[in-house]
Amino acid sequence: MSTLQLKQITKSFDDTHVIKGVDLEVNDREFVVFVGPSGCGKSTLLRIIAGLESASSGDLVIDGKRINDVGPADRGLAMVFQSYALYPHMTVEDNMGFSLRLAGESKEARRTKVMEAARILQLEPLLDRKPKALSGGQRQRVAIGRAIVRNPSIFLFDEPLSNLDAALRVQMRIELARLHEELDATMIYVTHDQIEAMTMADKIVVLQGGEVEQVGSPMELYHHPCNRFVAGFIGSPKMNFLPVETVNADADGVEVTLPGGRPCRVPVTAGDTRPGAALELGIRPEHLMLDDEGPLEGEIQVIERLGGQTSLYITMGETLLTLMADGDVSHRVHDKVRFGFEPGRAHLFDAEGLALTSLERHHLAGLKRQDHRG
Amino acid sequence: MATRASGRTVGGLRSLSLQAPAVTLLLIWMLVPLGMTLWFSFQRYNLLMPGMGGFAGLENYRYLLTDPALWSSMGTTLILVGSVLAISVIGGTLLAVLYQQDFFGRGVARVLAISPFFIMPTVSALVWKNMMMHPSNGVLAWFNGLFGLPAIDWFSSYPLLSIIIIVSWQWLPFALLILLTAMQSLDDDQVEAARMDGAGPVAIFFFITLPHLKRAISVVIMIQMIFLLTIFAEIFVTTSGGPGLATTNLAYLIYIRALLEFDVGGASAGGVIAIILANIVAIFLVRMVAKNLED
Repeated sequence: MSTLQLKQITKSFDDTHVIKGVDLEVNDREFVVFVGPSGCGKSTLLRIIAGLESASSGDLVIDGKRINDVGPADRGLAMVFQSYALYPHMTVEDNMGFSLRLAGESKEARRTKVMEAARILQLEPLLDRKPKALSGGQRQRVAIGRAIVRNPSIFLFDEPLSNLDAALRVQMRIELARLHEELDATMIYVTHDQIEAMTMADKIVVLQGGEVEQVGSPMELYHHPCNRFVAGFIGSPKMNFLPVETVNADADGVEVTLPGGRPCRVPVTAGDTRPGAALELGIRPEHLMLDDEGPLEGEIQVIERLGGQTSLYITMGETLLTLMADGDVSHRVHDKVRFGFEPGRAHLFDAEGLALTSLERHHLAGLKRQDHRG
Repeated sequence: MATRASGRTVGGLRSLSLQAPAVTLLLIWMLVPLGMTLWFSFQRYNLLMPGMGGFAGLENYRYLLTDPALWSSMGTTLILVGSVLAISVIGGTLLAVLYQQDFFGRGVARVLAISPFFIMPTVSALVWKNMMMHPSNGVLAWFNGLFGLPAIDWFSSYPLLSIIIIVSWQWLPFALLILLTAMQSLDDDQVEAARMDGAGPVAIFFFITLPHLKRAISVVIMIQMIFLLTIFAEIFVTTSGGPGLATTNLAYLIYIRALLEFDVGGASAGGVIAIILANIVAIFLVRMVAKNLED
């Protein structure tokens, strides 16, 4: 029921440009995740949308109306803070009903709406407690309940799970995804945790230094990162990068020389890449395979056995590579190993860090989260 | 509680022997003056009449309790304490909110606002008496003159109000100091969450700021109450308890009895009454503060 457009939004504090012209479209009922390293401006962008900060320039449009000059309470948005920001002297019920109380709603109306939100979040037994008497996860749910009660057009989440322990985080992640489906609302979610981004988002916005690096579905960002930053940021463990030299570039792809001298043809559009040009080859740890005939060779430095999987950290000259192997590999530290990869899985980046476009799109790249639901 | 109880039995003797010197000293410190005051309050003991000693029974108390000066001084004490508390807590809260805002010269303004607290009571009373409220030399008189109004002789026309103004001027900075530090621990996210919930500045003050300051306010009230019950220097320097008994509080009355009338017995009886009064206040106060500190 609600769409949001950002048009050339900028934000400066004195001489520091925090947001440098962001254009973004958020569709109705979409779960959009802003992700990026700390200091990338993602939280500031969210606060601008919330109205807690004003944009230095640009237009902020909700449902076709420019809302730059509308106060935070009148934008019809609700925000869940990282610190939960519950009112410590009020009970859970009063916390959740506070906005309604300020809006002058009757006690009965307040009670009905709070009970409804409490039912969705399973908070009914806790309504009379003060925030102090709640666990972290419960506080988080109350903070979400406070947002639900307002029946906002868009939910804003500012790193809501980063204060929770790992197990609870997984649980809340699932709960948030369920909530998104149940409420059928537009949600914007800020996180620095790319697992949260990958698992919950319909659309991920990768930010760096106040600029949007790439916008797309999780699978699109994973399979077709548009530059080296996005490639390195999305995916865990991080993508490996190898310096390579172009041998040949034509319609079938770009042929490069790998460290160690073997050639490899990567199926990407050549663009204006010329033979002799230095490129970087990116390959994800899970796409590297141990292979006695493989084109690459290195020495194992560290082995991390997770049971089902084993991470091998391999040095090849100066470069340290990560290789995700099967849990049953019996290699030892300081073993020399050969390994390779499927050329179709590799990415090439030019001197500016921009990716050369793949000749073929991955069949999941267009997948939206709703598609799972059918 | 269980661990504490067991800890007490295990290390009981040893910790008792270590605590004993401090506790004994404190007990002597407290009990000797208290005992002597109680003892003198039952004695016929006037320095001007050395021959007339001996046990007086309840005579000192009877004389004091039927003396209208006692009741008027108790009333004065309560008015003085109550008004100064009200002015310093309300004013301190508002100023704390003001000084929490970001404005040019805030640091300097904060120091200036807090500085009266560092001036000793006699000095500040003299400054107010001779430079502020003086009917011919005072700033206030000059200010009145600007509007063609007659100068006010503060200490004879409004003696108690003048004392209240002076004492408030001294104690408001203390309240401000405590409340300002309490303000700084207010979570910004809470304020922003309230803004998102539709709260304006007034609603934020009453629903967020004030509940947050509740604890600090009760501490301010308790500490100030202890000091305000015994206000003496300001009265001594300015009005000497007058005109008549208009500005004589309990502390000053005891001073009059002991050091102007040399009636040690009567003054001691007054002291005992002051102790009882302070304890009644303290019981309520400690309960209130304890309750506030609990939540």
